[in-house]
Amino acid sequence: MAKPAYGLAEKLDKPTLVKMYRQLVLLRRFEERCAQQYALQKIAGFCHLYIGQEAVAVGVEAAIEPEDIVITAYRDHGQILTRGTPPGPVMAEMFGRIKGVAKGKGGSMHLYDIPRNFYGGWGIVGAQIPLALGTAYASKYRNDGKVTICYFGEAAVNQGAFHEALNMAALWKVPAVFICENNRYGMGTPISVSSAVVDVYKRACAYDIPGVPADGMDTLAMYDAVKQAVDRARAGEGPTLIEARTYRYRGHSMSDPAVYRTRDEVDSERANDPIPKMRAWCIAKKAAKEAELDAIDEAIEKEVEEAIKFAEESPWPDPSELYEDVYVDPIRRVETN
Amino acid sequence: MRELTFRDALNEALDEELTRDPDTFLMGEEVGAYNGAYKVSKGLLDKHGPKRVIDSPISELGFCGLGIGAALVGLKPIIEVMTWNFAILAMDQIVNTAAKARYMAGGALSCPIVFRGPNGAAHSLAAQHSQWFEAQYAYYPGLKVIVPGTPADAKGLLKSAIRDPDPCIFMESETMYAWKGMVPDGEYTIPIGVGDIKREGTHCTIVAWGKALKIALDGAELLAKEGIECEVVDPRTIRPLDEAMIVDSVRKTGACVVLEEGWPYFNAGAQISDIVQRACFDVLDGPVIRVTGADVPMPYAKTLEAVARPDENSVVAGVKQALNVRS
Repeated sequence: MAKPAYGLAEKLDKPTLVKMYRQLVLLRRFEERCAQQYALQKIAGFCHLYIGQEAVAVGVEAAIEPEDIVITAYRDHGQILTRGTPPGPVMAEMFGRIKGVAKGKGGSMHLYDIPRNFYGGWGIVGAQIPLALGTAYASKYRNDGKVTICYFGEAAVNQGAFHEALNMAALWKVPAVFICENNRYGMGTPISVSSAVVDVYKRACAYDIPGVPADGMDTLAMYDAVKQAVDRARAGEGPTLIEARTYRYRGHSMSDPAVYRTRDEVDSERANDPIPKMRAWCIAKKAAKEAELDAIDEAIEKEVEEAIKFAEESPWPDPSELYEDVYVDPIRRVETN
Repeated sequence: MRELTFRDALNEALDEELTRDPDTFLMGEEVGAYNGAYKVSKGLLDKHGPKRVIDSPISELGFCGLGIGAALVGLKPIIEVMTWNFAILAMDQIVNTAAKARYMAGGALSCPIVFRGPNGAAHSLAAQHSQWFEAQYAYYPGLKVIVPGTPADAKGLLKSAIRDPDPCIFMESETMYAWKGMVPDGEYTIPIGVGDIKREGTHCTIVAWGKALKIALDGAELLAKEGIECEVVDPRTIRPLDEAMIVDSVRKTGACVVLEEGWPYFNAGAQISDIVQRACFDVLDGPVIRVTGADVPMPYAKTLEAVARPDENSVVAGVKQALNVRS
């Protein structure tokens, strides 16, 4: 493997590199078990796996602060785990249990961890982009120094919500980084069939903001691109559009056998997998020895097993939960005299 | 008490709440430098500055979504839609996000936001600018829908909506903005979900809200000259709905007319009729009568528009039908 030239990522310290490796492996193993649990009908409904795209979320997380805000769509397992949410409550949510991150009311597509600044978990393509504009607008309003990271797929950039939000984000220079995860297929439709402009980053020119293509199969390349954009946003210089060129190994969701692409195509992308790359980098940088990384692999197998156990053992929501959480204040009958 | 226009009552509510809470801001098309398409926000930019009163691009989906995102992290946005007709473009954000965020997050999120603007028909604006939306928004659990009919109610309810921790849909009317009414002096709020009896009577209950309230009161005045005393009850909010007030009134009068300017099919009046017939079946002497607009897109021509909308004479006819009285 030719050694890639990184910029800011060259300066990452050893513990961070190991942490990034650990997160990559956690996401992969967690979701492999999600697929298994889905087949066992422990997980129901729509379940969109992130397998293959892990370098994006892991690279992003290393480039931001815990106080920063992250919003994404329904392919959200990777994003919540990289925020540091324990895998148990995430798996329990997919199992529909009361100890899930949303008390079993959201499921796979609607994961939230507000204390860790993970704001979901949204099910309508592109609709999370105006929300991210709003959280970033609030940061500017309050001058709280937070940056909002907004993820969306390449198919979302054909929604009006994308354009309306990017216009206002640029107009008002809000501290946001818009990350398009271009995995090349919107459900089963290749980008060449859906988009007049297939280089998503070029769309940034319409709003006069930086548009940056990045290798979404390379964790450190993602870190480089995102770190620059985050620094720019935090300095008050406005938003950036990053196109993370990535690939999902699995179908759009668990119900998609992905027959619209060839075995060769999937195999060639798998050969470019982010995990061996990160492992090799950790060793080359003497961040960890092979045996230490093997120990991490083993620990994660166990951690994911425990997450499934946690989910299994969590009670189902009681029927009395049905009407809870619709309103903060359902009926206000006060001050009548 | 002093006499204020509906517009000025709303302006006072906005001004007072912007002054009271630095987390509130007003955003919408033309709300700032233009002083509002209907002048509801007149003077607010000058007084509160561009951080608190923000002119948005014509991007309903975008700026309604912006408001929701800001609300999710704790700000209290007031989003003006120039009319509710245009907010159809933002329906995804209001319905799919604002109404559901708290539930989907298992209570971890709240969305304290107000969307406000004129609802219903003005005059000669034709079909795309003359529509009623209260029933559509009231359909969705997670939203609150407020449709005041007087300047005093408008001020007190808008202040409550701005302070409310849940997403509120607040509906005004172009033609009502210039209407005048007595408004209390000083600080007051009106609780969301509590209706008001606007006229007492014993023969028939008329349920009406928003701009239709005046039509109901005018109709009741005409009926009084014939010795028919109507009780006009104004729920003021469609969700939550003050069912008890409506039911109590019908149990007293034994007859019920539901008036609304909007279309007849599946509108709020249909829901109210359902509630009344179930709760008051034993006291009703006849069916609940609904007086509504005609079931057509609003025409432009004055002669057609006139017959597409209910007026005080429609109310008189409806009450007589409910009481089985011949005209």
